Parts: sequence; C-alpha cells; structure tokens
Amino acid sequence: MTAVMGTPRIRKEDPKLLTGEGKYVDDIQVAGQLWMGMVRSPFAHAKVNGIETDEAKSMPGVHAVYTGGELMDMGLWVAPLPCAWPVTPDMVNPEHYPVGTGEVHHVGEIVAVVLADTRYQATDAVEKVEVDYEELPAVGSIQAAMADTATAHSDHDTNKAFTWALEPNPDALNDAFANAAHTVTGEFVQQRLIPSAMEPRGVLAVPSPAGGEVTLYSATQVPHILKVMMAATTGISEAKIRVIAPAVGGGFGAKLNINPDESLALTLANKLGRPVRWTETRTEAAFSTHQGRAQQQKIEVAADGDGKILGVRVHLDADMGAYMMLITPGVPLLGSFLYTGVYEVPAFGFTCDGWFTNLTPTDAYRGAGRPEASYAIERAMDMLAAKVGVTPEEIRRRNYLAGGEAFENLEVASTLVFDSGNYSPNLDMALDMAKLSDLRAEQQRRRDAGESKQLGIGMCTYVEICGLAPSRALAGLAYGAGGWEAGTVRMLPTGKVEVVTGSTPHGQGHETSWSMIVADKLGVDPDDVEVLHSDTAISPLGLDTYGSRSLAVGGVAISMACDKVIDKARLIAAHQLEANPDDLEFEFGRFGVKGSPDKGLLIQEVAYGAFTAHNLPDGMEPNINEQMVFDPPNFAFPFGTHIAVVEVDESTGETTLIDYIAVDDCGNQVNPLIVEGQVHGGIVQGVAQALYEGAVYDEDGQCKNPSFLDYLVPSPTEVPSIQTEFTYTPSTSNPLGVKGVGEAGTIGSAAAVINGICDALSHHGISDIEMPASPMRVWKAIQDAKAGN
Amino acid sequence: MIPSSFDYVAVDSADAAIGALTEHGDEAKLMAGGHSLIPLMKFRLANPTVVIDIGRVNDLSYIRDAGDHVAIGALTRHMAVETSDLLKADVPLLAHCASQVGDPSVRHRGTIGGSLAHADAASDLPAALLALGGSVMVKGPNGEREVKADDLFVGFLENSLADDEMITEVRVPKATGAGWSYQKFNRRAQDWAIVGVAAVLNGSAGVSLVNMASTPLRAAGVEEALASGASHADAAQRAADGGSPPEDLNGDAEYRTHLAKVLVQRALTEAESRKS
Repeated sequence: MTAVMGTPRIRKEDPKLLTGEGKYVDDIQVAGQLWMGMVRSPFAHAKVNGIETDEAKSMPGVHAVYTGGELMDMGLWVAPLPCAWPVTPDMVNPEHYPVGTGEVHHVGEIVAVVLADTRYQATDAVEKVEVDYEELPAVGSIQAAMADTATAHSDHDTNKAFTWALEPNPDALNDAFANAAHTVTGEFVQQRLIPSAMEPRGVLAVPSPAGGEVTLYSATQVPHILKVMMAATTGISEAKIRVIAPAVGGGFGAKLNINPDESLALTLANKLGRPVRWTETRTEAAFSTHQGRAQQQKIEVAADGDGKILGVRVHLDADMGAYMMLITPGVPLLGSFLYTGVYEVPAFGFTCDGWFTNLTPTDAYRGAGRPEASYAIERAMDMLAAKVGVTPEEIRRRNYLAGGEAFENLEVASTLVFDSGNYSPNLDMALDMAKLSDLRAEQQRRRDAGESKQLGIGMCTYVEICGLAPSRALAGLAYGAGGWEAGTVRMLPTGKVEVVTGSTPHGQGHETSWSMIVADKLGVDPDDVEVLHSDTAISPLGLDTYGSRSLAVGGVAISMACDKVIDKARLIAAHQLEANPDDLEFEFGRFGVKGSPDKGLLIQEVAYGAFTAHNLPDGMEPNINEQMVFDPPNFAFPFGTHIAVVEVDESTGETTLIDYIAVDDCGNQVNPLIVEGQVHGGIVQGVAQALYEGAVYDEDGQCKNPSFLDYLVPSPTEVPSIQTEFTYTPSTSNPLGVKGVGEAGTIGSAAAVINGICDALSHHGISDIEMPASPMRVWKAIQDAKAGN
Repeated sequence: MIPSSFDYVAVDSADAAIGALTEHGDEAKLMAGGHSLIPLMKFRLANPTVVIDIGRVNDLSYIRDAGDHVAIGALTRHMAVETSDLLKADVPLLAHCASQVGDPSVRHRGTIGGSLAHADAASDLPAALLALGGSVMVKGPNGEREVKADDLFVGFLENSLADDEMITEVRVPKATGAGWSYQKFNRRAQDWAIVGVAAVLNGSAGVSLVNMASTPLRAAGVEEALASGASHADAAQRAADGGSPPEDLNGDAEYRTHLAKVLVQRALTEAESRKS
C-alpha cells in the first residue's frame, strides 16, 4: 500500500455518468405524479388585476389551476422565501413568496400554477390562463435603479437596498491618495451572467402514503440547507422533510438557492397527497433561476513614484434584481476582502450599494464576488503599470505581500489573515511556461509590421477566499449559517468502509476524493470505500457544497473522523493483542506491536472484532464508527498566476486565445486529475465572461438573449489548449494543508483575457474593453481610437 | 421539447408527401431532418397541426454525376454531401459548406433539401447554391419544375414553392478547377454565420452573402464590379450593395457591412489562390 493522496486517479463516479446511467431528478418517475406548469409574468413590472382560469381548468388532464391569491389563501407558507444574509440591520428585504400576488417584479415571476397529468397538458393549460396585467414603469438596469425615477417595487421610495462599508482606516486612505505620485481609476462593468449548468433545475415532491413525511428530490447543491429552509417557511417540521439531491448535473451556484418551484412542489404535494413535479425548460431557466455578477465597479489605486501601492479605494453598485434570494446581498461582500489582491496595501476602503431592479434576482455564481474583485484589482494593476512605465509583471512583483516570499498567517489591509502564500515563484513559473520574452518579441514584430493580427499578453495574479469559516466569524458578517461540515466514517464488519459526508457533490468528484483520503488514512483500498451523500435521511448533518469549501472543510472532517476511528481501533487492537495502546504503531492499515513484527492486526480484523464484540475492552461500544464536525479556524486562500496569450484580428475585432497558462496553488492536493479538471472548467467559465456571455436587457426589463441561440456559452471548439502547472503552499487552516480549487480558474481568467486584449491594442491608446469583448465591441473600440474619440 | 399537439404522418415517397400536403394544405409542414422545424416547434413559434415526415423517402437520398452538373437528392444528409468524393472533386464549395453546418449531430440528420426549403438567410447552403448558380427540382400535384436558386428565396424564411410542392432534387453545375472560398464568421463553431461569403471564380464570378438581408443574397455589386474588371479590393467595397443587414447582439448594420467587405476580399483572395 503506497500513498494515494496526491496521485492522479480516475473518478469512480464517471462510468455511470458517462454512460447515461446517472439518475437525475427528471429521470425519477413515480405513479400518480402531477406536473406543475407555471404561469409566469411576461412583464418586468406589472399589477395583476385579475386571473381567469376557467378555460385552463377545463383542459384535458388538468387537475387544478391555482392563482397566486388562491395559493396564499391555502395557507401553504408561514414565512416568505428566505434571505439568509441580511448584510445590514436596515437592509430592505421585500416580501418574496413563491407566487406573486397584486404586483409582479420581474419577467418570469410566477402568478399562477397549473397541475396536470402530463407535462404537455400542463404547458397547454398554462397558455389558456388569462391574466389581466397593468404594466408599470420598469427598472430595467442598474443605471435606471440608481436614477431612482421609477422604483422596482411600487411601495418603495428608493431602489437602494443597503449600503455596506469596510473602511478600516478612512483617514489613512485619504492620506494615501493625498500623497500619491500616481493614481489610476478603473470603472468596470461586471455584466449579468445566466448560469447554464448541463442539467436544468428540477424538483419532485413525493408525500409518503403513511406517516405524513414528504420527500423532496431536487437538483440542488444544498439539500441540507433546503431542508431547514423548507421547514422554516412552510411550518412543516424538519423531521417530516427528507431532501434528496440525486445525480446533479452542475450547479455553479445557481442550484444554491431556495426557489419558488421547490416550495410550491413541496407544499402542494403535502396538501394534495400526490407527487408534484416540475423541470424547467431552458427558456424558463433564463428567468426562473438566479443570475450572476451584475455589478458596476469603481476602483482607485494610489501609488508612490515607484509604483508601490499606498491605498486602494473601491465602490460597487450591485444589482440585486427584484428580490433578495438566499445570499443575494452577501455576494458583493464576499469579494470585498479581495480588492487588495495579493498585494501589500497600506490603506483600504470599500463601499457597496445594493440596488433593486425589475430583473431576475442575482445570487452566487461560480466565484461569487471574488471573480469581480480579482478582475478589478488585476485590471487596475495593469493600468498602474502603464502609468508608472513598468511591465505588468514588474508592478506585481513590487507590490506582492511579503515581498513575494513565503509567508504564513499574515494580516492584510482588508482585515483578513491570509493562511499562507508564496507569490513570486508562482509568477516565475508562469512566465517561464509562457516564454514571455519570445512573446514580447513576436508582439513587437507584428506591431512593427502593422499586421492585422496583433498579439497581446495578459496576466493576472489572483488570490481567493474559500472554506468560509469559522462559524463565529460568519456571525460577524451577519451570514445566516455556520461554516462547519460533518463527516462520518464507519468500518463495516466485512472490512469495507462507509463514509457519510455533509458536502453534496454535483460534479466535483467527492466520492473519489473522499475515498482517497480514507484510503490513505486507514490503509484500505480506495475501491473499498463507499461515500454516501446528498440525502438528508442518510446524511442528516451537513452544509453542502459551495464556495470551494468541500475539501477544505468537508474533506478535512472525513480525515479527522478517520483519526478518531484509528484511535478507537487502537484500543480494541491493543486489547486483543494484549499490548499497551502506546506500543502499537498504525501503518498501511495494520496495527503492529513495536518490536514484535509478527504481532499485529489489520484494521479490517479490528472492525470485524468490534462487530462480533466477542473480545472488547470493558466499556467499549461494539463498533469503530466515528463522526467529526470540523469548523476551521480560518478561511483558506488559494492563489495563482494566469497568463492569456491572445490574438486580436484588427480587421474584424475577433479575439482568439492562442495559449493559456495557469499556475495555481491550492495547497496540498488530493487528486491532481480532479484539480486539473476544476482549473480547466473554471478557466473556461471566466473566458466565457470575458469573451462570450452576458444577458442583455432592454429598458423594459426584457431579456434580449434568453436562449442559447443568442446567449453564447462557449463550446469545446472555442476552448484554448490550457497549460496547467502547480505550486504547493500548504494551508495553515486545516491539518491536511488543503485549499479549494473549484472557483480559482474563474477568478483568474477573466482579468487575464481582458488584460491580454488591452495589451494587444495598447498601441491604439486603448486601455479598456468592456466584457464580453465581442468582435463588434473590439472592432468599434479600434475605430473609435483611430478616429481619435 | 414541449410542442403544441400535432398529428404525425410518415410517408415513403415524394408522391405520398405531396398527396398529404394536398390533403392538409397550409396546416401541414414537411419534416426532413427536423433540425429547422423542431426548434421552432419547441419554442411554439411553429405550430403545424400535421407534421409530414419525409425522412424515410430513401430514394431521394443520392449524389449522382449528371454530366454537366451533379444531382443531389433532396433528402441527402449534410454529412453525405460533406464527404462525397464526387462533390469534393467537382463542386468543392458545396462539400465544404455542408461541413460548416451546425455540429456533427446536426449534419447527420439535416438534409440539403430541408435547408434550402427553410430559406434561412443565415444558413450556409443557400448561399452556396446562389454562388454556384444551381437550381432545385420542385414537384407538385401537377408535375415537376426547375427553380433557379435566384428565384427560390423570396422572403424571411420563405421560399417560392406552393403549399403542395416539395423540393426533390438539387442541381449544381460542375465547377471543376474553379477557384472557390467560403468565409464564415461566427463566434462558436456550431453557430450560424454572423456574416458569410461564398465565392466561385470560374470564368465569371459568383459571390453570395449569408445573413446580410432577410433572404440569402447574391452579392450583385461585387459580381458586377468584377465583371467590369475591378480589383478584388475595389469589388469588395461593394459587398453590401443591395443588402439590408439584420441587427442583433452579434452585429449591427455598420459592423455587418464592414464584415461583408472584409470577408468578400478574403474570399476572393482565397478563391483566386485555388484556381487551377
């Protein structure tokens, strides 16, 4: 038996998923089920004067049609849908029930529900529901929200939802700008993104024929949180709600919410005693699932004559959409701490205003606040480099925390303590891989030759926060949950291991990684480890998967539970071997007696012995099962350098990524193959924001590109070849020394790509391009620059 | 997909299809590969009450040498066109354009007749047929007639066929040794062109535009300029003559007009280099 951790290993999950054997919510069929069809508002802001349902009720297969008012009268809810992150005590939080009554506030808000025998019948009947809308002035953009001439909610005086500030030392910040030799100001738009997981959201609620329980199958990242929130909003006891997330085909944050459809399915199934289901269509998804980003950023950097940063000041205007969903207002705050990046920043200040619009609510989307922050500071660093007259890599070196040397537990300007970092070697490796001097020579050659295809080199040295913890610190942020995670490890009589995790995978490969951790700890074969998850009846304790927390919290909990299993097994082994527990050494799955190499017991033998209980120490319970709930002492802070090599065709404005180098540091790694996959996927999602994606709304709040025809999710053919490499700086926040990697790629890539485009076009005096940098947008920027605008 | 309810009729011959069209009139739609019709039905933008499936009319799937032209059965899949040795040798532009349609799964289902009948200004094959000076054979209750590509596309997603007619064959003149090029500018490989240009240099020049008007469009200005001896660069400046470029998030009229000029120039340069 050799070490398993740190070696690439094919995922156990994959054969099933890749051969179509994965069972998603939509694959689960139960007898007697009713399909929900949602009648959704076609207007962004309107008064509902009346709903006529008679014709729909008479359609074939239709069981019932309920208007919003009728549903409210049925007493299905004891509280509105929750916002778990009221960021300020005076934050405005408009009441948000699963159905709109009286006034609707975004396209897609549900005003009535049809229940029918089939999905087709439900959809046909939805078309026959007549709703009398009176259109109201819509707030179709964050600019319109800030203008405050119309309000997204008629009973509000302003669209402002809150103002949140992190200003540790305002006087020092003012002094920094007063004394600066150089200042740069970047104003950036983080466009709205429509999350596009391969599996759309769906839900199936099945009431138990006896006992009054309801089982809710949901395409969710957060079955545990969903269970608690369903109980809190419906008045049904948690003890009567079981939530199961079967195979879940990606989430990216968009399945980290408490949605109207989930609550409708659960409460109607409970009320009617029949299974109720719904699966969103892609067209629905563009309105019924929360969206990401949607911020306007202003970042100012003050520096001395050498380009050493003196201060960073940031203001955000963040578009909440129409309602506060689970963590809508908290997303910008997650980024607030990262606007100082990987740099020594003596003075820092951050303010954020949240605004309501009549658009689909925003919430977490891969990176949630951190890609935005990383983008702003990394774009600003390039602007500063240009101003000071040094290269992008030099401006970064001059400002790295700890001078770019290795450090541990370092307090930074945004008040956090970074667990560990070592930035210069990471940058050096990326520059070497990119062959930077060759690239710069080629860039100059093309420029001198006046070629149509210009070369740009964009870099980003990012840091991110993951594994939100400890719970006590989250209280300080008014976050409505803890940061712990639970793990249980049970040695079974046959020698197999049963692991129960509270982290809920939806594509990350927890089964493989957790098996590897356990195999390493207990000295068993990874294939002898079964990982159970995603069912609140099997795994009652958990806080699920988001924010790159699974390994750094949940994986560590499993490792620590293994330690407890070994401790307990040691007592049994010592008893059976008639040795002192301290004289046993545990290696490769075997307790051996020091000095007596022949005397020993395999942990599987101990497990069987615990099961038979024939020969246990006095008072020992007959099993070696242990649970651990881990609440880390601090966040983990992964970092890395990404370099995007872009070719911009000036005659069409088209950008092509011709090379991409990613050197990431997520501390110690469990499965490098999974790490690499996460980096690839994350980069593509950031590239998507930089070059392709962006929901466009008109002033009436209508989305102009709600389908994949116009909303450009890049496909494999658009993805560049990515060179990945790693440095390894262990975290001090957990005993495994691991950090998260699920979001890192997204956090590093958008800035690298846009920095690359700006570098390619710098000879035109172009210093910024708004995302997505579509060919038309780039071409127009070049024309404007040439015209001297 | 969740379309409105509809009746489904499968036929095994062109005559049976025409019979069904005659019976059901404009409430019926022919479905060949389904890759244009089904997305519209999925969004409930098309709600035919009868779908006549001609996907099994196997005797209309062929690629034949017909002397001065190549005859292609209307039900021939894009993949067959893309990989045909005959077309690659004698009408390489058409084989190449077929390879640019959608993605492999689309190309294994979609048919040349279906794509032309759909008359989408953003599609690849209508532009190819225009540049090549091809035609289609159209069959109806009263027999068969030939319709030139120039007379086939009459409006937005509208062809010149009567409600009870269907395309049975596509005819493309051989262009052996001609220079040719297809410039497709799009964001993602499987997308429709933002702007596309097909060019054939075969004594005279045939140049056509994708997505520069509400119908597939001949680049008449370019052809005229070349006929009167203009340079490629000068001819390219007339790329958008007679066009009315659509405006969408990918391109406004100004950008599409510019792209058309760039792509015409590239197409002519490449076509010139391929002449033998």
